[in-house]
Amino acid sequence: MGTAIYLLAFSVLLVGLYAVVAKKNVIKVIVGVCVLDYAVNLLLVLVGYRSGGKAPILTPGEPVADFAAGAVDPLPQAMVLTSIVIGLGVTALMIAMALRLYEKFGTFDLNDIRRLRG
Amino acid sequence: MSQSVESERPDRGGMTPIVQNTARIVASFAAVFGVYIAMTGHISPGGGFAGGVILAATGVLIVLAFGSRYTARIVSEPLCHAADAAGAMGFLVIALLGFVAGGFFVNFIARISPGEVGHLFSGGIIPWANLAILIKVGAALAGVFLALAAFRRVGIREEL
Amino acid sequence: MGIEYLILILIGFMLVSALIAVEARDLLSCVICVGAAGFALSVIDLLLGAPDLAITQVVVEIVALVLLIRMIVRRDDTSVQTPRDTLRTGLVLLAGGVMLAAAFFAMGHVVKGSMPPFGQPLLAAPAGAAVGPGVAADYLQRSAGETGAGNVVMAILLDYRGYDTLGEATVIFASIVGAYAILRSVARGRRKEEMPT
Repeated sequence: MGTAIYLLAFSVLLVGLYAVVAKKNVIKVIVGVCVLDYAVNLLLVLVGYRSGGKAPILTPGEPVADFAAGAVDPLPQAMVLTSIVIGLGVTALMIAMALRLYEKFGTFDLNDIRRLRG
Repeated sequence: MSQSVESERPDRGGMTPIVQNTARIVASFAAVFGVYIAMTGHISPGGGFAGGVILAATGVLIVLAFGSRYTARIVSEPLCHAADAAGAMGFLVIALLGFVAGGFFVNFIARISPGEVGHLFSGGIIPWANLAILIKVGAALAGVFLALAAFRRVGIREEL
Repeated sequence: MGIEYLILILIGFMLVSALIAVEARDLLSCVICVGAAGFALSVIDLLLGAPDLAITQVVVEIVALVLLIRMIVRRDDTSVQTPRDTLRTGLVLLAGGVMLAAAFFAMGHVVKGSMPPFGQPLLAAPAGAAVGPGVAADYLQRSAGETGAGNVVMAILLDYRGYDTLGEATVIFASIVGAYAILRSVARGRRKEEMPT
């Protein structure tokens, strides 16, 4: 079960990589980078999961030892939280570049853009 | 009741008056929700990043409903740039103030009085750092959406 | 164990939606499928015990969806016309298969002890376990007393690892400034030579 989950998450990463490498449309490349982002965040959070674990938020009045033994690993979550917002910033940057490409060449097709060369 | 805002369709236009009036009401609640999620980040899930993106989504709602030209009069780009820089500087100042208690980024308020878990004023520098991150991320993402929305469709294929 | 089946089904849904997004002919369907993948990821985060991530992922997904749809809707070129390149697609699929097999071996089926099994995080093992206490177990125990914050993820982000958060804020700042720089040269330079439409 664990192997199947990890392999499926890795397949999502491969789908994103395929879109970045083999697609000729700028929008498809942007979508591929977004899917790569999601897959990497998913894999990081999956590594930190504890079976039957709870979220790492301490309610007042809960004994600390039980909480530390039953909580999910908080360290990957902290790293992924900022990674999600950085992914949005990078998507905005790529969309700005794609808008400039469209404004200059009139098309989203990378083959035509390579032939025209501004 | 209120008329639709002056907006040039289709390039810079907003939407119909129904959408605009609903957006007026919803945006206020959404902004308060974003600030709430950021400020109680040390008690319940959320934090500065989630609150900042919710504030930016409120900005997106206003731009979609009223058009980018009308929104740029209220939430202009220099304001977004200034708020972005202010948030980043605030975060850095909080980090440097940690030298009071021994080093860079030391939680000096928690050394003095940690507070109880579950109160709003517990957690030391964490609520203040959440506030700085909220301003920074919200202004940055709202500003970049405004810049993207104001990008006019200039004539294509000019060099050909 | 029911949660793990649900996680498996949702990751499968995310995989199918990513495949449709990458292979669709119409750009609008492609973008909407990426939105579906993002929402599925948010529900997976909730099931994996990460509510902060679920909130952030939903809102980030909505803003990214609005950005992408706005870019596509007003342009003329909205469907993918080029014929499929079979050689390149075949090569990429072959490379993908090799990488998948390598990941399968890395799970510990051929080489022993490479990755911790699913459900037993490495750094959060308690003090008496065979692996030894990890950093995360320390954080879980100390954070309520030292920092006074209930949310351990926030305590890690802004107190124990606050320097990393400063670096992340710098990265966001750099990408946003890059987007401003790319978009500004149009508004300033072209304003004089803009053709009346």
